[in-house]
Amino acid sequence: MIKILKYSFFDLIRSRWSYVYLLFYLIIGFALLFLNNNLSKAIITLMNIVVVLVPMIGTIFGVMYYYSSQEFTELLLAQPIKRRTIFLGQYLGIALSLSFSLLVGLGIPFLAYGLMQSGEIWNFGLLLIVGTFLTFIFVALAFAISLRNENKIKGFGYGILLWLFMAVIYDGLFLILLVTFDDYPLDKFTLAASFLNPIDLSRILILLKLDISALLGYTGALFQQYFGTGTGMIMSLSSLAIWTVVPMWMIVRSSGKKDF
Amino acid sequence: MIKRVFLIYIISFLTYGASAFTTEVCHTCEVNNLADAIRLSHRGDTVLVKPGIYECSDQELRKPITLIGEKGAILDGQMTGYILKILSDSVTIRGFKFINSGKSYTKDYAAIYSYRVRHFNIIGNEIENPFFGALLEKSHDGVIKDNLIFGESKQEDDSGNGIHAWHCSNLLISNNTLHGLRDGIYLEFVTESEISNNLSHDNIRYGLHFMFSNNDKYLSNTFQDNGAGVAVMFSKFIVMKENKFIENWGTASYGLLLKEINDAEVENNTFRENTIGVFVEGSNRVNYVDNRFESNGWAVKVSGGCYENYFMRNNFISNSFDLAYNGKLNDNKFEGNFWSTYSGYDLDKNGIGDVPYRPVKLFSYVVNKTPEAIILLRSLFVDIINFSEQVSPVFTPDNLVDPQPSMKPF
Repeated sequence: MIKILKYSFFDLIRSRWSYVYLLFYLIIGFALLFLNNNLSKAIITLMNIVVVLVPMIGTIFGVMYYYSSQEFTELLLAQPIKRRTIFLGQYLGIALSLSFSLLVGLGIPFLAYGLMQSGEIWNFGLLLIVGTFLTFIFVALAFAISLRNENKIKGFGYGILLWLFMAVIYDGLFLILLVTFDDYPLDKFTLAASFLNPIDLSRILILLKLDISALLGYTGALFQQYFGTGTGMIMSLSSLAIWTVVPMWMIVRSSGKKDF
Repeated sequence: MIKRVFLIYIISFLTYGASAFTTEVCHTCEVNNLADAIRLSHRGDTVLVKPGIYECSDQELRKPITLIGEKGAILDGQMTGYILKILSDSVTIRGFKFINSGKSYTKDYAAIYSYRVRHFNIIGNEIENPFFGALLEKSHDGVIKDNLIFGESKQEDDSGNGIHAWHCSNLLISNNTLHGLRDGIYLEFVTESEISNNLSHDNIRYGLHFMFSNNDKYLSNTFQDNGAGVAVMFSKFIVMKENKFIENWGTASYGLLLKEINDAEVENNTFRENTIGVFVEGSNRVNYVDNRFESNGWAVKVSGGCYENYFMRNNFISNSFDLAYNGKLNDNKFEGNFWSTYSGYDLDKNGIGDVPYRPVKLFSYVVNKTPEAIILLRSLFVDIINFSEQVSPVFTPDNLVDPQPSMKPF
C-alpha cells in the first residue's frame, strides 16, 4: 500500500494542479496578511474560505484523479495486489498531497509573519486541522462516488452535487425546518443535524472561536453546555474523525464488490 | 460643577479639622477601642486608629467627626450587623478595612450605613465580603471614593450590593473597585450624581444598576464580566460617556440594557465582546454618538417602543450582528456610522460610501424568531439569503438604512 501511496503522492505532487492549488493558498495567505497585518483576522477570513473551498477542491480532485488513473488502476488490478490496498493507497496519496498543499501554502506565509511569537498558534492549528479533515472527508466521498459510477460525467455530476448539497442546500433545508417547526423544542434536533454535515461541523468549530458571545445568547441548556465548555470542540473533532472513517470504509466495501 | 463644590468643601473641612482634637486609638493606648474614642470626641474631632483588629459592630456616629484608619487598621463586625452607621452630617471615614459585617435575609446589613445625612466622605476603605458594602439612604452631598469592595457571592438571593444608594442626591462615586458582589453599584431614586472611573467586574448580577435616577452622569467606568452587564431603567436625562462594557456573556447578558430611558446621551463608550452590546427597550430621544461596538454577538438590539433615537459616528466592528430589530416600524436614525461589513464604494472620495447600508440582516430577523437558527451563522446559504434581502428588503424595515456610511473607522 505504501508503494501505491508513494506513487500517487509523487505523481500528484509533480502535477501542475497541485502547484496551482499550493500557489493559490500562498497568494491568499500572503495577501490577507499583507492587507491587514493581523494574524487573528487573517485566520478568521481563511476559516471562512477553507470551509467552502477545501471540500470543493477535494471533491473535484478526487473524482478527476480516479477517472484519469482508471487505466493504470486496471493494470494494477491485474497484479496480485489486494483491491483494498490499491484504492486506499490511491486515496491516501491524493488526500495527503492536497493536505500537503494546504499546510505548506498556508504555513509559509503565517510563519513568515511571525506565527510562532503570537498567541494565535492554536487557532491556526485548528484551521489546519479542520482543513485537513475536510480534505480527507471529501476526497474519500469523491472516491466512493466514482467507484460506483462507471460513467465519468455522472460521477463528476454527483460529486459536484454532493458538494453543493453539503455547502449550501443542506443549510437551506435545515433553516426551513427550523423556521417551520419553531413551536417545538429544537435544540437537540439542531445539534444532531449539524453533526450530519462535515461542513457545518467545521463551521461550528469556527463559530466557537469567533462568535461565542452570540452563541451564548441562546437560552437552551443543551447549547450552553455544548458551546460553553470544551465539550463542543471535542465532540466536533471526533465527529469529523467519524466522517473520515465512514467514506473510507465505503471505498473498501465498494472496491471489493465492484466488477472491473 | 459637583466636583468643584466637593473640593471646596473638602478643603474647608480639612482646615477646620486641623484645629480640632485628635484622639488616637490602638491596643496599648489609653483609648483602646473605637466606641470609647467616639464617645470622648467632640464635633469636628479626628479619631486616628492605629493598625490592629478592632471589634466594632453597630457603631453609631452621631456627631460630625473624622475617622481615619492607618494602614492595617481593621474593623471587625463579628458577623453581627452593621459596622459603622453614619447618622450625622459631615462624617468622614477613611483608610479602614472592614471585615465580617453581618448577613441577613430580613435586614440590609452593611459595612457602612448612612441615613438622612449630608456631606459625608467614604474614602480609601477596603470592605471584604460584606452583605452590603456601603448602604446610603436619603443621604446627600457625599463622596465615595477610592474604595475597594469585594465579596465571594455565589447567589443573588443571599448577597448584597457593593454601593447601594436610595433616595440620595449629589453623590460623587469615583475610583472604586467592586467585584464578587450582587450588583456593583445600585442606585434607586438618586439624582444629580456623578459616577466616574469605577471598575466593576465579576459581579453576579449587574455591574451597574440604576432605576428612577434622573440627571446623573456616568463617566469613564469599566464594567467587565458581570452576570448581566449593566441595566439602567426608568430614568431621564442620563449622560454616559467613555465607559467600557466588556465581556458580559450569557443568555440574559447585556453590555448595557436601556429600559424606559428618555433623553440620554451615550457617547464615546466601548462595547466589546458582549452577547448584546446595547439592548434598547422603550427608550426615546437617546443619542448614541462616537461609540465603539466591537466583536459583540449583537451590537445593538432594538426592541419595541423606541422612537427618535439617533445613532451617529459609531464604529461597528466585527459584530456577529450589527443590529437586530423587532418588527417593521422604524423611527430611529442611523447616520454616518462605520460598519465593518459595509461593502459599498466611494467614487467621489469624500469618505462617505455612495451606497446606503442596511444594518439589519435577514438572518438576524430569522434568529429573532427561531433562536436555534443561530447555529447556521456564517453559513454560505445564510450569506446568500442576506444578500438577496439586502437587494430587496421584504422582512426588515425598508427605511432602516444608514444613508451615509463612513468608509473609515473613526
